[in-house]
Amino acid sequence: MTGTPLLSVERVAVDLPSARGNLRAVDQVDLSLDAGRTLGIVGESGCGKTMLSRAILQLLPKKARLSGRVMFDGQDLAHCNPETLRKLRARSLAVVFQDPMTSLNPVLTIGTQLIETLQAHLELDMIAAKKRSVDLLAAVGIPAPDQRLTQYPHQLSGGMRQRVAIAIALSCEPKLLIADEPTTALDVTIQAQILDLLAREQKRRHMAMIIITYDLGVVAGRTDEVAVMYAGRLVERAPTQALFKQMHMPYTEALLAAIPKLETAPHTPLPAISGRPPDPTRPTKGCSFAPRCRYSAGRCESEKPPLVPAETSAHQFACFHPIKIAAGVGA
Amino acid sequence: MKQQVATSPLLEVKNLVVEYVVGNKIVHAVSDVSLEIARGETLGLVGESGCGKSTLGRAVLQLRPAQSGKVLFDGADLTSMRGEALRKMRRRVQLIFQDPIASLNPRRRIGDIIAEPLVIAGYKDANKRRELVREVLGAVGLDPALVVDRLPHEFSGGQCQRICIARALVLNPEFIICDEPVSALDVSIRAQILNLLEEMKTRFRLTLLFIAHDLAVVKAVSDRVAVMYLGRICEVGPSEQLFAKPAHPYTALLIEAIPVPDPDVRPAESVPVGEPPSPIAPPSGCRFRTRCPRADRRCAEDVPELRPIAAGKYVACHHPLT
Repeated sequence: MTGTPLLSVERVAVDLPSARGNLRAVDQVDLSLDAGRTLGIVGESGCGKTMLSRAILQLLPKKARLSGRVMFDGQDLAHCNPETLRKLRARSLAVVFQDPMTSLNPVLTIGTQLIETLQAHLELDMIAAKKRSVDLLAAVGIPAPDQRLTQYPHQLSGGMRQRVAIAIALSCEPKLLIADEPTTALDVTIQAQILDLLAREQKRRHMAMIIITYDLGVVAGRTDEVAVMYAGRLVERAPTQALFKQMHMPYTEALLAAIPKLETAPHTPLPAISGRPPDPTRPTKGCSFAPRCRYSAGRCESEKPPLVPAETSAHQFACFHPIKIAAGVGA
Repeated sequence: MKQQVATSPLLEVKNLVVEYVVGNKIVHAVSDVSLEIARGETLGLVGESGCGKSTLGRAVLQLRPAQSGKVLFDGADLTSMRGEALRKMRRRVQLIFQDPIASLNPRRRIGDIIAEPLVIAGYKDANKRRELVREVLGAVGLDPALVVDRLPHEFSGGQCQRICIARALVLNPEFIICDEPVSALDVSIRAQILNLLEEMKTRFRLTLLFIAHDLAVVKAVSDRVAVMYLGRICEVGPSEQLFAKPAHPYTALLIEAIPVPDPDVRPAESVPVGEPPSPIAPPSGCRFRTRCPRADRRCAEDVPELRPIAAGKYVACHHPLT
């Protein structure tokens, strides 16, 4: 944690005007990430994890209002001009989306899309760009890469398409790769391969990576740090090992407990979280998890718990009644 | 319980083959599948996308014509039934789909959506229908007074799935096919719906065919599990045993691939097993052989038959792991 982090997100909030009033998608989030480290952002749909990543990338919907600062590699992204941003996103800031079918252009061949990126951003000539494309496709585990260059996205399977999307994202050696639910659309055997691929390339290139997912299983073995989001806020943040050893926020614990486990005997009732996430157009006064929380009492309904440090300053949680018992026990 | 199981299965699928034509090619979706589901049992059916598990579910209900094979429901062959007889039989079998929002008509009120099966089944008395709708909504944990006059878009995914479950239950069926009922839902909602399905199963004395790609989800609700790969069943067995000691290399691969929410369990560097081949041109012999670390020449030549290896446990593999 010495020096300036590669990415620092300071008091970032995203507001979206909607028919039912203002929707606060991201609420005062602070985060930082050092070069070469991996961060997992975990939360359910609608918790603001994707909007937060869009805020980092400066790819928010036009009507969205962003406040706070996003510092990346010494620059405040919110105040960059479009040309600087374009260059940054091309060279240092890459993204892989959930659905590779929609992030690839269906009417261009894989080769055109890769070569175009390389020529535009690295100013390579055609021959060099083509050679590099083949190398990249081979690096992401695509068999017969030179033949694949002439194929269109629809000719590839979902897993292969995601590999191509990763190859394009990696093509300019980014400093930060944001993977937004990169395996949610894929089968479990393919998911494992893609996660391995991302981990391998992340280490090899010493790039920083943010994995956004709803699955605590995906972040457990593959990230240095985890940030848990609920209703637009960061509710717990910790080094991965520390988090799984001791969860303090009841939501994190409940989320882990609610996942069906392979070790559990059939027909064991799951410890479900009752109710559902709050309506983001109707902000609550207190902790947004309070209505579903079994530890909720006293000021939980009337006051927002701030992020406070736990055993170490790296582990933070936002709760008035944090859990002290070992994670997973008694759930 | 076990005795009844031995006497008469509620559903018997015998050598079912389902193929469809795409352009001038044939997709071998379900190839020679045989299964039995006992009364009161939940059979889980797992496999990756494109393995034919949903097609199998649909073929059971005769929503997809089968090329050959039989589907016996309570002793009667559904494949030879037509028209009125089939419609009558279908009242006893219901379906729950993956996308709860897409499976509800957005322009109709919840009360009418749930009453529709009753209308089709010939319940003429509107008061009686309303009463049954209220009853079933209460059973799935929704307040009838707040729900019946509203439209689907006013509900969340989890609530829509509750509505779909209510619609499936309103005719008091014996058998329900659940096709990925929780995969479109968030983690916290998923657990609620799985618990609800278990509760409904006991309350309405149901038999379930539970189709899903998530092994842990399938294990949570199933008595027995069948693993499907590229149109064929690889392995069938009691859930506990199947996951503790997988016999088919594919089952083992699936178990291995699940991310474990524990940072001390280092994810094993996945075996470079590639991707499933196309069901248009499935490999000869064992269909899993192109991704199998144990495959040899015999696997390319002989199709492995599903054979018993322990009590209630069957595997279709020349080189099983146990």
